[in-house]
Amino acid sequence: MDLLLDGFQTALTPENLLFAALGVLLGTAVGVLPGIGPAMTLALLLPVTYSVGADSAIIMFAGIYYGGMYGGSTTSILLNTPGESSSVITAIEGNKMAKAGRAAQALATAAIGSFVAGSIATVLLWIVTPQVADIVVTLGSPSYFALMVLALFAVTAVLGSSKLRGFIALFLGLAIGLVGTSTGQARLTFGEPLLADGIDIVVVAVALFAIGEALWVAAHLRRKPLEIIPVGQPWMSRADWGRSWKPWLRGTAYGFPFGALPAGGAELPTFLSYATEKKLSKHPEEFGKGAIEGVAGPEAANNASAAGTLVPLLALGLPTTATAAIMLVALQGYGFQTGPTLMDDHPDLVWGLLASLFVANALLLVLNLPMAPLWAKLLRIPRPYLYAGILFFASLGAYSVNFQAFDLAILLVLGVLGFFMRRFGIPVLPLIIGVILGPKLEDQLTTALKISEGDVSTLWSEPVAVVVYGVMALLLTAMAFAGLRKPSAGNVPTEEKEMVER
Amino acid sequence: MTAPTTPSTPLVDKAQYGLAAFLVLAGGYVLLDAAGLEDGFADQPVQPYTLPYVVGAALVVLGILLAVATARGDRPEAEEGEDIDLTQGTDVRTVGLLALVLVANIALIDVLGWAITGALLFAGSAVVLGSRSWVRDLAVGVALSVGSWYGFYVGLGIPIPAGILDGVL
Repeated sequence: MDLLLDGFQTALTPENLLFAALGVLLGTAVGVLPGIGPAMTLALLLPVTYSVGADSAIIMFAGIYYGGMYGGSTTSILLNTPGESSSVITAIEGNKMAKAGRAAQALATAAIGSFVAGSIATVLLWIVTPQVADIVVTLGSPSYFALMVLALFAVTAVLGSSKLRGFIALFLGLAIGLVGTSTGQARLTFGEPLLADGIDIVVVAVALFAIGEALWVAAHLRRKPLEIIPVGQPWMSRADWGRSWKPWLRGTAYGFPFGALPAGGAELPTFLSYATEKKLSKHPEEFGKGAIEGVAGPEAANNASAAGTLVPLLALGLPTTATAAIMLVALQGYGFQTGPTLMDDHPDLVWGLLASLFVANALLLVLNLPMAPLWAKLLRIPRPYLYAGILFFASLGAYSVNFQAFDLAILLVLGVLGFFMRRFGIPVLPLIIGVILGPKLEDQLTTALKISEGDVSTLWSEPVAVVVYGVMALLLTAMAFAGLRKPSAGNVPTEEKEMVER
Repeated sequence: MTAPTTPSTPLVDKAQYGLAAFLVLAGGYVLLDAAGLEDGFADQPVQPYTLPYVVGAALVVLGILLAVATARGDRPEAEEGEDIDLTQGTDVRTVGLLALVLVANIALIDVLGWAITGALLFAGSAVVLGSRSWVRDLAVGVALSVGSWYGFYVGLGIPIPAGILDGVL
């Protein structure tokens, strides 16, 4: 508790409040731009935070995080296509509401619902994270190794529609993660000394999210502009409040646990929330035509799940969403060793972050509700300028890491990879997680085998590890059954899965 | 502009064979690279080549599986987005020109510095993407690049090399 108060003290100094406000505004402004989701927002703005002190940077980052998420949902309500899978549902009902002249109410229930869900979820974070971390620090390398394999497996196989493509992305990511001389010998460096330290994850993330996306959009740019719905000041009537508050709470209840699981993701809880609201609603006939419950519930679930993903991130160092992956990169960039010991080594930092999430969430509501009409104007930005700007800032971000033209070349190569991944429907998330976790996986394996002096059976010598492998076996069986019932070409035969399970 | 890829395409997405071949090649290279590694030190229970062998082999297997799946009629779901219209074919010309602009930036940045190449990057991309008023594009580009140079230098304390404009900025 003292730690939390200390955290608030750090977050509430005038200087840091300013950084939080700046982060919220920047995050929303970038996040609301069409084609830019929360993960890309974070990747693009990451270099900006590197130069301010670590605690200010984290507070600013928390602001960018929530701002980017809020910006994303604004885009999906006012344009009818979602920026990412977790806002699909918001887009369905939200855009219908907007078309029916209720854009202000849709934005309001999304914003207030995000605030309610974010606040509750942040409090849950305060309670859950230290406890999980306490358990996790007692685990040995074998268990930690097993958890990492589970995270990789879950992100790859459980989320996403094509398992084969998920594994392709994962192993491409692991291959990129191999580059460098971390083992004392040069691996996959093509004899290039500039690759000795490996490929900077900021460069990988910016390339895949920003350059890949810009090239992909350039190839398929919509020639006729989308219809944008004008919006005034967001507000809600008494009846809207009455119909919204229960969905907010139920959405939060769905979102947080799903986010906190190593196989997190925001899609499932938003879908579940939508289905629940549809069932419980007194106005089921409005669903599909713009029911406010259908915006309130999923938006709350989305936000609560985003906060939930911070549990594995902070307690275990395991990212389960693209946004969380960038956040991990950020923490590493600020010089912190992420993993189970983070909470013990840097309690001030973690609690500063947890406190500033709360502050950022509140600032978001205060700053953004009045500014919604302004943000809506950003949707009208000419597309050539928008995507030229993305390329510009992506290049600037990658260049500012080391001032090497070589980094820009890597940016382009990986950007082209990102383009083809979009062309072939290969998900980006497993690749990013593979790049980040690959080297860590090798480290944990080394540590475990060092302690056991090379005895491989150590890997299943801890109860937690055994349970984790059991869960994976169950998931595999379930997937195999699903595959048998509905045989399709997209399923990976079993030998592939065994390889992953090792 | 290339041939439209939508309704008239055959059942098999032939381009996917290219991806499969890329995966096999990439995996093969990872394996080749791993074969060239020596045994690790005594305190390295995990050999430096262990993980590369696993990853390389997996990439090769995945490439083959993708080829098989493609032959059996598996088709990718290309990614959608707010500004994306998948009903038209891939606009190769725009993508190629954009890549050229990025390559030019890489080639020139060490000599000319970010303040100049950044402006060219922005203006070039905007023109390629369909902007008609190149004077305004250039003006916006210069404002952005010089602004970001000073922003990073003064505001964030990150000294981006000035290149040819060293002493002018």
